[in-house]
Amino acid sequence: MSSRNPAIAATITAERLTEGEAPAPPPSRRRWRFSGLIWWVVFVLGVTYFLTPLWSTLLFSLQAQPFLAAYTNTLNDPQFFKTLTYSFVVGIITTIVSIGLMVPTAFWVRLRVPRLRRLVEFVTLLPFVIPPVILVFGLIRSYGSGILPLTNTDLGSSALLVAAYTVLSFPYMYRAVDTGLRSIDVQSLTEASQSLGAGWPRILWQVILPNLRVALLAGAFLTLAIVVGEFTIATFLARPAFGPYLALIGGNKAYEPAAVSLISFVLTWIAMAVIAYIGRGTRVTVAGAR
Amino acid sequence: MAFLELSGIQKQFPGGVMAVENFDLGAERGEFVSFLGPSGCGKTTTLRMIAGFEKPTAGTIRINGEDITDRSPNKRHVGMVFQSYALFPNMTVAGNIGFGLRLLKRPKDAIDKRVAELLSLIHLEGRGDRYPYQLSGGQQQRVALARALAIEPQVLLLDEPLSALDAKIRVALRHEIREIQRSLGITTVYVTHDQEEALELSDRIVVMSEGRMEQVGTPFEIYNFPATPFVASFVGTLNAVEARVVDAAAGRLTIAGHPIRTTAALSGAAGEAIMVALRPEMVTLVGVDGAAVDGANDVPATVADVAFLGSVVRVTADIGDGIRVDVDTFNNPNLAVPPAGSPIHLSFPPEAALVLGKGALPLETDRLAAAEALL
Repeated sequence: MSSRNPAIAATITAERLTEGEAPAPPPSRRRWRFSGLIWWVVFVLGVTYFLTPLWSTLLFSLQAQPFLAAYTNTLNDPQFFKTLTYSFVVGIITTIVSIGLMVPTAFWVRLRVPRLRRLVEFVTLLPFVIPPVILVFGLIRSYGSGILPLTNTDLGSSALLVAAYTVLSFPYMYRAVDTGLRSIDVQSLTEASQSLGAGWPRILWQVILPNLRVALLAGAFLTLAIVVGEFTIATFLARPAFGPYLALIGGNKAYEPAAVSLISFVLTWIAMAVIAYIGRGTRVTVAGAR
Repeated sequence: MAFLELSGIQKQFPGGVMAVENFDLGAERGEFVSFLGPSGCGKTTTLRMIAGFEKPTAGTIRINGEDITDRSPNKRHVGMVFQSYALFPNMTVAGNIGFGLRLLKRPKDAIDKRVAELLSLIHLEGRGDRYPYQLSGGQQQRVALARALAIEPQVLLLDEPLSALDAKIRVALRHEIREIQRSLGITTVYVTHDQEEALELSDRIVVMSEGRMEQVGTPFEIYNFPATPFVASFVGTLNAVEARVVDAAAGRLTIAGHPIRTTAALSGAAGEAIMVALRPEMVTLVGVDGAAVDGANDVPATVADVAFLGSVVRVTADIGDGIRVDVDTFNNPNLAVPPAGSPIHLSFPPEAALVLGKGALPLETDRLAAAEALL
């Protein structure tokens, strides 16, 4: 019979322990230990799966002689920084254009025409369905001649590249913005701003955008990652981008592509660290009743 | 002309749903008006039309004589407090309160001074640099109120501002809201489904049901003289019992075969069934919390149940024909409540028997005189 008095119960337990009677852990604790073990096994398998190719790539890149030659060759190649810079600049412009298009669109859809949400989602998913080669041929045919022959100049071709990349960024940017909007009470915040005298530009700029900071950074990062590594569109528009450069050295050199891959990987992690740093301590949920 | 005037307001949503119809209301400067009703009765839609977030299908809204029906929300100069607080998460408390003032391009010194004044008004001095998530729900709602008041709006709109708070804070905050409203003398429209809130806060209450105004009146009138069965049942606890007319001219009825009298104007032939309303606190348990009074109605009953509600003890009495009447009596340590099954007598004055239905209530002046007699 169990004792209802906690003091007596504690004494009984202590006596049992001194007599060498180890109390069996309750079933729930055993289950917890088992599930914890499974969790660790899955975690180790995942980390191994993720790190093995990186480790192999690193080992392969270090086989170049003299030691670290693949890395010094890559970093000494002016084309490496030139193409990387070009892609980063195009990526940043693309991100700005994409944010400029997607934030007002997602905001308006959520606030005023929520019934169109599925349609807009479908439209933003089209870049997954339409291959980049189709997109770029369409752009070249439309803007290669006629009233707006953009492909005839470097600036025009770069503008087309930004336009094409903006389309490619839609699925990522729209989802990031939509997720961000879902985490705040858009309608109440908008109406509160309006009742205080704010117009639409100010609502977007001062109330909505600051609360989407983390979501926008995530969208921006994904956009940048796509743009920096993109090959097809940049090649067909004859742009000096990082994607075609990677393909070029991949076809001509042995160890350098591995070094470039690892450098890209490091840059990616630096970008993620920047996102984590900028978004630190940010609360995107509306405090209150929710 | 009233300061805030809603004339012939109607709102029909796409799909044909009539949210509000034939809504006419005039609120004087500094008046506190509450819209009271159940969910879906159109009270919030009406408030949102005043704020400009919804456009009326028909009718006009005027503030201080100016027609604002088609004016955009950011140009109405109307302050609004939301149920979910709607504080800007990216701004501090001071930033939130000063937001509207910055839009009005007030000098920084003036903004700082006004923010400090309002922080003092809502008893949050020294917390201007905190973020909304660092405050409790009650504090956040006080900040939302200060933010709405900062721009010195013509009309203050509150959309169920206390619904998300726990009971104690709700009571404390509603006192604060009333004090602030009185001290500033700002015309206020308050939406709530909580009758206690509406009764305590308001100068006048608009009881709404299914998009229509059921009754407009002071809390006293609404509670004591409900104009429709809906108002009677929605505001306060009520015993609605079926009665039969004996002599309409003399105000004589029977409830479960027991003769009673009412001062309410009656119509109908002898034997016709009508509904009579009795407030639980208007009925006396003879020998328990009072004695039989000459001229009062006396109905024999049996105690069916006794519920202890803290300050009040609610006795449910069976008066026959399956009719049960709740009787509220103030709790005190010497109260000897009879146990279930005990015979008892219920006593209530003829004025307490309200006859529900259109035209069944006495004229306004008679009603007030009768109410005073009851007090």
